[in-house]
Amino acid sequence: MVKTKQSRYLVVYIGIFLVFLYAPALLLPIFSFNDSTIVAFPLSGFTLAWFIEVFKTEPLLTAALNSLLVAVITSVFATIFGIFAARASTRYQFPGKRGIMGLIMVPMVLPEIIIGVSLLVVILQLGFNLSLTTIILGHILLCLPFCTAILSAGFQGLDKSFEEASQDLGRSRLETFWYITLPLVMPAIISSLLISFTISLDEFIIAFFLSGTEATLPVYIWGQLRFPTRIPIILALGTVLLLVSLTLLIIAEYFRRIGARKTGTEVKGGLF
Amino acid sequence: MNFSFIQKIRRQSGLILVSPPFFYALLLLAFPLMGVFALSFWTQDYLELNRDLTLDNYREAWTGAIYQALMLRSLKISILVTLLTVVLAFPVAYYISFHVSPKKKPLWIFLITIPFWTSYLIRIFLWKVILGFNGVINGSLIGIGFIDEPLKFLLFNQGAIVVTLSHAWIPFAILPIYVALEKIDRSLLEASEDLGDGPVRRFMRVTLPLAMPGIIAATLIVFIPTIGDYVTPKLVGGPNGLLIANMIEVQFKKANNAPLGAALALSAMFIVSAIAMVFLWFNRKYLRQEQ
Repeated sequence: MVKTKQSRYLVVYIGIFLVFLYAPALLLPIFSFNDSTIVAFPLSGFTLAWFIEVFKTEPLLTAALNSLLVAVITSVFATIFGIFAARASTRYQFPGKRGIMGLIMVPMVLPEIIIGVSLLVVILQLGFNLSLTTIILGHILLCLPFCTAILSAGFQGLDKSFEEASQDLGRSRLETFWYITLPLVMPAIISSLLISFTISLDEFIIAFFLSGTEATLPVYIWGQLRFPTRIPIILALGTVLLLVSLTLLIIAEYFRRIGARKTGTEVKGGLF
Repeated sequence: MNFSFIQKIRRQSGLILVSPPFFYALLLLAFPLMGVFALSFWTQDYLELNRDLTLDNYREAWTGAIYQALMLRSLKISILVTLLTVVLAFPVAYYISFHVSPKKKPLWIFLITIPFWTSYLIRIFLWKVILGFNGVINGSLIGIGFIDEPLKFLLFNQGAIVVTLSHAWIPFAILPIYVALEKIDRSLLEASEDLGDGPVRRFMRVTLPLAMPGIIAATLIVFIPTIGDYVTPKLVGGPNGLLIANMIEVQFKKANNAPLGAALALSAMFIVSAIAMVFLWFNRKYLRQEQ
């Protein structure tokens, strides 16, 4: 493509845009190493104290463990449900398909406050207590559309003839699914697990409505943001979380590409 | 005969297969939404729920001055956020689709979405740091001698909410527009050029109409969920920056008036969906005219 005047303007715009986009993510590590409780420039010195404090704060660690538990259970269930939904939608025709798939996918565009509020109403009316379990129920609902989308792409890329060959050679449908289909879509399953894990780990709005006495990490962070002296610890925690999320996402992307190569489809832009 | 029998089996196995996630969504989404719908016609005194049907909650939600003001402000902010997000996102999606070599495209998409994985609450808080009285922008402007006094209009107002929310939603706008642009057959652009269209005319007559499905998807993906955010207004909105979602949260938690909260939530959803419908209808009309 010829470099025109317009494309030069476009490049300048992209530069400014990237600064806007990355401003918070770049400030986060800078301030979490800053030796001051006031989060502002000029920086006053380098310290690791906030990171040490993160690992010494008891309620923070408890909240982190809660979040981990919630995220693991959520990702497993959302992915299992997602496998059912993705397989059904890519392979079968059935009555009411559009409506059913629409209902499963709708949390993607529904404001999270609506999901949180409606679950809260029903749970309280039925007389259940709010706990980590209720957060998990909400998070599975929220993650299900994302898992279904990733897994549908995985099942779609699958060459039908592999399964047909296996059945022609005398394997039952279940055996075929177990020995042929599942290994081929395994990369999609892993990336679905990791994405839903990451979504659940960072979700605040639903967790805030559905949490009882036990807080998840975002609920804990929300409580701490009111206290100015606690902010640097929270920023250090944020830096740790960013590193964890990025590592998981890079692993997810790696498996997605392996999957695309396995099923012989082109590696495209992908989910992120 | 045999064929239709197989069809029937296939149909049933599809239904059986989809039933676990379907029942989950039915039980935990459709059923609770109906619960909220019912609740919005009831009343509550402290913890006692009165199940006599009444329209009082809706009357209050639609005529109460404070609710009207919050609803209008929320709509204004959602519309501004959506406009700003789509306008900022389009050139980026265009750049990645038309100016980046195919091999590097996935890397760019990854690059765009990295900041999104910073913790949601901390990201909003950092905007407070950037825009604040002693914040990064004021500090830098004073540092280079551009201003003497910190600018106060940056934080704790509706502009700060718009900037923060646009930043949060921009990857969700870039991706669908990018996908739509990728689908455009490049030979159409050459054809338009061969027929004597300049770059601007070519953009208006070929690229933009063909990118429209992506722009529409981006608009809906940003516009509908934005109305439900109550964290951003609370952290960066200041005293005049509270939105309808904050009121919904208060009704469900502190004020103990869940029925009014339900009526507010459903009214907000109704208004947002209605606007989305009108928007879709206009677009369909416009696209048909183009053809």
